[in-house]
Amino acid sequence: MLYLRFIYEFFKAGLFAIGGGMATIPFLYDISDSTGWFTHTDLANMIAVSESTPGPIGINMATYVGFVTGNAHDGIAGAVLGAVTATVGLVAPSIIIILIIAAALKNFRNNKYVNNAFYGLRPASTGLIAAAGLSVLYSNMFIGETVSLAGFNWKGLILAVILWILTNIIPKVKNLHPIAFIGASAVCGVIFAM
Amino acid sequence: MKELFSLFFTFAKVGVMTFGGGYAMLPILQREVCEKKGWATDEELMDYFAIGQCTPGVIAVNTATFVGQKRKGIIGGIIATLGIVFPSLIIISLLAGVIETFSHLQWVQHAFGGVRICVCILIINAVVKLFKKAVADWKTLLIFIAVTLGSTFTAISPVIYILIAAAVGIGIKVIEGRKA
Repeated sequence: MLYLRFIYEFFKAGLFAIGGGMATIPFLYDISDSTGWFTHTDLANMIAVSESTPGPIGINMATYVGFVTGNAHDGIAGAVLGAVTATVGLVAPSIIIILIIAAALKNFRNNKYVNNAFYGLRPASTGLIAAAGLSVLYSNMFIGETVSLAGFNWKGLILAVILWILTNIIPKVKNLHPIAFIGASAVCGVIFAM
Repeated sequence: MKELFSLFFTFAKVGVMTFGGGYAMLPILQREVCEKKGWATDEELMDYFAIGQCTPGVIAVNTATFVGQKRKGIIGGIIATLGIVFPSLIIISLLAGVIETFSHLQWVQHAFGGVRICVCILIINAVVKLFKKAVADWKTLLIFIAVTLGSTFTAISPVIYILIAAAVGIGIKVIEGRKA
């Protein structure tokens, strides 16, 4: 059943995504590949909406994916059920793990094995996010089904370079909230028909 | 009962006021949880936050569970988490409905075309920030490169990389311990 599958898939994401909201992105791509519920393009849109609305980005993404997929299968009732099951699935492992840590392992952070495991986990989690980022970049740089020079998204590349400079180099501007850049990009998208 | 309500609404408020999660949330938590409610000290909050970062799941949820658990046990942990999740459920559901209705319009599609480019840059910036903290030497650099390439060019589940990386982390430290 679809909604049990939501709980299962998002429980998995909640259990293995280490380092906060962005770390759930590789798992969402994995869900997209293995279930076909939504495309990579859908996912990039959902990430943008999740970044621009209140609430933790991981929760927003789970709610969004659950809502849209449930809606596609069973209409509005499915949408609400999907949003709730996906979100509950994502937070359930956090609640369980934190309750265990709070009760049993007072000095969790000083535990040798925990620290040693994280020595390997942190670069791996970063690598997973990097791969997801490359995949988003790739799918946005080529328009259409096949990769060709004619389908290269020149406007997108120019916008990407400008955004990178704005978010990394220009003083004051680079500390603006991501919403500012997302909003400006939407306006550019409309003006230059991207 | 009164404090459970208070936990729910305080964390719902934090959820509404946070855009993007993570570090953006820390000052808001400090004001609502430490200053206004006195549920935890600043130091405790920093500890919760740090543990939340290095345990699986969304950091906001981890922190909420911690504070709720401290006040009202397991039920408190669950109620605080429901509180922080609640605004997202409502806002995203409404917004998703609106976007679905208008997504066929040409200009909305163009807007998202621009927005997706921005998402690429935001993810790249996040990776650079995490990279600086996670990659300390050639061994961690090697893990980063291996996972990036593996995850880009194969369809292996991220779960596998996480499990192997934890084992490799412990393994490296055991070998280093023997040498020393």
